[in-house]
Amino acid sequence: MTAYTATVTVRLKRGVLDPEAETTKQALERLGFELEELRSSDRFEIDLEATSADAARERADEMAERLLANPTIHDYDVEVDER
Amino acid sequence: MTVSIVRFGGSNCDRDAKRALEHLGIDAEIVWHEDGLPADTEGIVLPGGFSYGDYLRAGAMAARAPIMEEVREAASDGVPVLGVCNGAQIGCESGLTPGAFTTNESARFQCEHVHLRVERTDTPWTAAYEEGEVIEVPIAHGEGRYEIADDRLATLEAEDRVLFRYCDEHGEVGPHANPNGSKHDVAGVLGDRDTVAVLMPHPERATLPDVGPTDGQGVLRAFE
Repeated sequence: MTAYTATVTVRLKRGVLDPEAETTKQALERLGFELEELRSSDRFEIDLEATSADAARERADEMAERLLANPTIHDYDVEVDER
Repeated sequence: MTVSIVRFGGSNCDRDAKRALEHLGIDAEIVWHEDGLPADTEGIVLPGGFSYGDYLRAGAMAARAPIMEEVREAASDGVPVLGVCNGAQIGCESGLTPGAFTTNESARFQCEHVHLRVERTDTPWTAAYEEGEVIEVPIAHGEGRYEIADDRLATLEAEDRVLFRYCDEHGEVGPHANPNGSKHDVAGVLGDRDTVAVLMPHPERATLPDVGPTDGQGVLRAFE
């Protein structure tokens, strides 16, 4: 078994309105920053042990499918690194 | 009929639902989610509140509690299931009903009375109303914007599974009457069966005459 960290990033699908990101963008503009667009995402860092990077990725993938992301509104990606 | 009102940690409309159902002469009991559904359950309410503090997403944690497996089984056996507010979020997160309820367009918590147009009356939840009838009920949510992929929404509408739409007091829909930015003004939808429904507004808060309008009674009469 090898120790891995799987990083799952969950973000809204393109085209899905993100009022919190819009509010954050406006707050940055009020502070005087110039920006065109702001997107927010959730990032989960999961420490786990697995027989291979692929096995770690598969498990993290299933975690995203079953809980971390809501497929109706979210896309996600998974990155796996050895710890 | 005995209605089981499922209480999760953070549910806070469970007692309102019990009072409202009992006012209509319907037996109801509050069931702690870890205890599972009682054998005599003939109806199920997933009440409003903030289960698990809305961690991750509103309803996400409760939707994966073991009791929801029992709720899904009961639903597929034809037991009527109603999700209200947080219960609606749980319903969608658990796959009982299509779509998702997410952050209001305003990014604010909206607590106000709204009008709903009854889109069809041949369901247990709306049999007490006339088609196109406008009813007044309260909303109280920060994450009530109905979101669903366009093609799935088209299917939902083709299958006539939209139960209520936000509207003005004359029954007109549009941005002026949509409190949270819900797609196509959707306030409530049916699941795969007509006996499963979720809605963000609170019919149980519009049932007791002492607290205002009683237009929500018709929804709860599904359990009679």
